[in-house]
Amino acid sequence: MLHSLSIGELADHLAERKISSVELTRHFLARIERFDPSLNAMITLTAEQALAAAAAADARRAAGERGPLLGIPLIHKDIFCTDGVRTSCGSRMLDNFVAPYDATVVARLKSAGAVMLGKANMDEFAMGSSNETSFYGPVKNPWDTTRVPGGSSGGSAAAAAARLAAFSTGTDTGGSIRQPAALTGVTGVKPTYGRVSRYGMIAFASSLDQAGVFAGSAADAALVLEAMAGFDPNDSTSVDVPVPAYAAGLNAPLKGLKIGLLREFFDGLEARNAALIEAALDVYLSLGAETVEVSLPSLPLSVPTYYVVAPAECSSNLSRFDGVRFGHRCADPKDLLDLYRRSRGEGFGAEVKRRIMTGTYVLSAGYFDAYYLQAQKVRRLITDEFRTAFTRVDLLLGPTTPTPAFAIGAKIDDPVTMYLNDIYTIGANLAGLPALSLPCGFVDGLPMGLQLIGPHFAEERLLNAAHQYQQATDWHRHGPRGFE
Amino acid sequence: MSLTRQDVEKIAHLARLSITDQEMPVYVTSLSRIVDFVAALAQVDTSAVQPMAHPLDGQRQRLRPDVVTETDRHEKYQRNAPSVQAGLYLVPRVIE
Repeated sequence: MLHSLSIGELADHLAERKISSVELTRHFLARIERFDPSLNAMITLTAEQALAAAAAADARRAAGERGPLLGIPLIHKDIFCTDGVRTSCGSRMLDNFVAPYDATVVARLKSAGAVMLGKANMDEFAMGSSNETSFYGPVKNPWDTTRVPGGSSGGSAAAAAARLAAFSTGTDTGGSIRQPAALTGVTGVKPTYGRVSRYGMIAFASSLDQAGVFAGSAADAALVLEAMAGFDPNDSTSVDVPVPAYAAGLNAPLKGLKIGLLREFFDGLEARNAALIEAALDVYLSLGAETVEVSLPSLPLSVPTYYVVAPAECSSNLSRFDGVRFGHRCADPKDLLDLYRRSRGEGFGAEVKRRIMTGTYVLSAGYFDAYYLQAQKVRRLITDEFRTAFTRVDLLLGPTTPTPAFAIGAKIDDPVTMYLNDIYTIGANLAGLPALSLPCGFVDGLPMGLQLIGPHFAEERLLNAAHQYQQATDWHRHGPRGFE
Repeated sequence: MSLTRQDVEKIAHLARLSITDQEMPVYVTSLSRIVDFVAALAQVDTSAVQPMAHPLDGQRQRLRPDVVTETDRHEKYQRNAPSVQAGLYLVPRVIE
């Protein structure tokens, strides 16, 4: 079936004229129509624009153009601004917001010829680990529709897992690509801070946010990341470092690769999860890698550090929603203060309000030093420990999540329990490191993720290591039942 | 509870958020839980540590030539505004 082919295989089909991009686009649009009612992975469908973009891609190909993404259908997380298309960020606040320009990620993939099918559901303003905080309702996990797909990029992950597109985009502030990738059995990559432009990507926590990709394999993710990454003068945090040909580096042998095992990741790890990680490690040993045990004693503090830094930045970033220039405005405001308070009170959902208030508190007079400044200092301790570890190892290996996908409703009433879903992923965001999650087996019939973390700008090494694992195993080829 | 209802009312005011009477107890409980959770940070000795604001060391804010690069697109941008007249954003009367 077309939708089970890799991006490389689809590109070959397109190049050999076995199929056109219009036909491929119709195929995926039909899958969305058929399967999305049970998943709720999509907020906005752009079928008409997609068919026009596909026809344009076919014309570019007929004119002699080539390229691995030319004519390949994708879905964007609804956090990326798309010119002329509603960009809601999963919030009532932006339910009526039509972006006036394209995010750089959107523009780059457009110029590579990729075809946008629509915009994916997500936790409101990317705040959540279960996709239950969306104004547009929860996304269901294709492996079990009574369970969450993870979050915040839950729609993108569910869409990739159910093969509603050849790939999808996401963003990762504390695990929002890797955690849903793990819970839906797909490959998800969060690049180094600054590697992919954030221009036109609605801000949550500016010292942590980074854009990335969901795909069926590391090889597919490499093709997409190569097109997404690179310097952008419109993003002041974008880094001017050349983008390697990620796909060209996938086949490097792993002999002598030093893999670090973080003691803090394995302490208290549930036995069946631990067994999967150990089995993955055995695969790496058989490929010639070596293991080194390392410890980051401050790592257990990463979740509390994050839940000071991220809300603080969120409270600052979301102050732009004032009911004046764009977004929701309350009815009949009696004065300016009433306009601000009610527009924001009505426009934001419960979790977003909770994070704004947490951030406001830790930044307020009398509490700033004890919470925000202290968190910034602990953040440096954690970052320095990662740096020291990477003088001894090439990459770190561990689980992506503590458990497989949980039931919808199970954790939504207790924010701290929900926050602990990201216990293994947050460290990479605090230190700005690239990391990815790839499928490594099942617990109770639900997919689990293996996480690899590298030093800054080591995406090539991570993708190489992930690809070699996927050459030796077939976990990434398993798909959810009922979506064949 | 590490935060009182009065604390949360003050925070909500600073954040310019209207919170209904019904919602208020939920925020008092959950924000207290979060504040207790992040209190673990106080145990760490950070007397010799510089606060970290940016994940990439040595990253400097770039400067660019001070030239106009944007065209006037206010009509397109203001299409998203709830209330506009003659190119101006309308708000309730501020000065009596």
